[in-house]
Amino acid sequence: MSPLDAASRPAVERRFRLQWEPAQSAHVLLYPEGMVKLNTSAGEILKRCDGRASVAEITADLEKSFETTGLGGEVMAFLAMAVEKHWVVIQP
Amino acid sequence: MSAVIDRPGPPLWLLLELTYRCPLHCAFCYNPTDFARTGPELGTHEWLRVLGEARALGAVQLGLSGGEPLARDDLEVIVAEAHRLGFYINLITSGVGLTEARIAALKAAGLDHIQLSFQDSSQKMNDFLSSTRTFELKSRVAALIKKYDYPMVLNVVLHRLNIDHVEEILQMADRLGAEYVELANTQYYGWAWHNREQLMPSRAQVERAYATTERFRERSGRPMQIYFVVPDYFERRPKPCMNGLGSIFLTVTPDGTALPCHAARMLPGLDFPNVRNASVEHVWFESLGFNHFRGDSWMKEPCRSCPEKARDFGGCRCQAYLMTGDAANADPVCDLSPHHHLVTEAVALADAPRAVETAVPGERVAGVERPTTERPAVVEKPLVFRSPANSARLFP
Repeated sequence: MSPLDAASRPAVERRFRLQWEPAQSAHVLLYPEGMVKLNTSAGEILKRCDGRASVAEITADLEKSFETTGLGGEVMAFLAMAVEKHWVVIQP
Repeated sequence: MSAVIDRPGPPLWLLLELTYRCPLHCAFCYNPTDFARTGPELGTHEWLRVLGEARALGAVQLGLSGGEPLARDDLEVIVAEAHRLGFYINLITSGVGLTEARIAALKAAGLDHIQLSFQDSSQKMNDFLSSTRTFELKSRVAALIKKYDYPMVLNVVLHRLNIDHVEEILQMADRLGAEYVELANTQYYGWAWHNREQLMPSRAQVERAYATTERFRERSGRPMQIYFVVPDYFERRPKPCMNGLGSIFLTVTPDGTALPCHAARMLPGLDFPNVRNASVEHVWFESLGFNHFRGDSWMKEPCRSCPEKARDFGGCRCQAYLMTGDAANADPVCDLSPHHHLVTEAVALADAPRAVETAVPGERVAGVERPTTERPAVVEKPLVFRSPANSARLFP
């Protein structure tokens, strides 16, 4: 697994399915016989993890979408946790 | 009927028991022992309507089970519709009937995952416990599941006759390439309740199996998730069964009866609704059967004033009913229950010496202590295997 830094290109692990659920007003991660309900920021980060965009690009896009700055630390911390949980893999 | 103050959330988990037909005859099956006298199965269009209505309410995890769901030749149609609706689809199967043609068709239809059951790591015991010859077939199916790139959950129901094989079972799972292994200790409902005395492991067996699983986890190189579901009879607090009835879980049985848990049909006086003549929305929000055990106003002491009631919801209603005759009692697994002795007595019986400790005819069960010279407390009865004939015999 490649290390996680600003140039990394994260992707949702192929065994997980990310999906918006209107009934829960949330993104969820689906996997065999299980489901993780994501909070808003987790959902917004994960839906940008397409294996093409870098962490820096994802952060910039989030800051633009939510008209804010300084999200880098939060994005990196979440992605580190998501890699740990195998929700996300880093494309080589 | 208890008052429900808050409107419950959606039935996130939908389990469709498509049929009670099954090529296996497992003695630990949770299906009702009177399944032979249930009415005809729902038709394809009725299952598709249930899928659509449940999805509209917010159901997202879908289990397709039975019986053996592959016994339905419209399984691919049901999967395709569920996929179109956005369900995450789990097929829960014995593997019997899962040919390469069907596994490919199910993949094309959008099936997400396959849970394959094994009864044991050895052919002899697997085949004995399921009263069939299926071990080789299951091994071939496991290879097909990998070939078609499904994530694979291997499920093995543990009990007295196979729990000493946990190391071999985990090695088999590793060899077959499973992503997840469920070592699910028997829950005593249906056929398993009928065979409880023969299936209940001793405390020493449970402790050994748990320790073996822990050791395997520590040294295993592959990322294989292992779930060891502790048998609740050996605990002092009950499981938070179904996260409370009517909270997230909805089962529809082969004849269309809707239940808040797969064993709940046994609960008396609740008149569970049938999806043939009721919408899923009515079933979930309006019906007596689903509302009765919501909230906590149905509870008796010691649950009613217990600070832990928000965590375990009083445990399992079916277990309370089976063991105490009143579904509103505390689950007797709880050591605060005045009926807890019923659980400790069942466990004590499992620890007692037995007159016969033979499972497969002519073969000793590895690792089980032999009976001592004391007079046996338990004289082993034969297992009653799940079959239409035995069902009809029990409920003529």
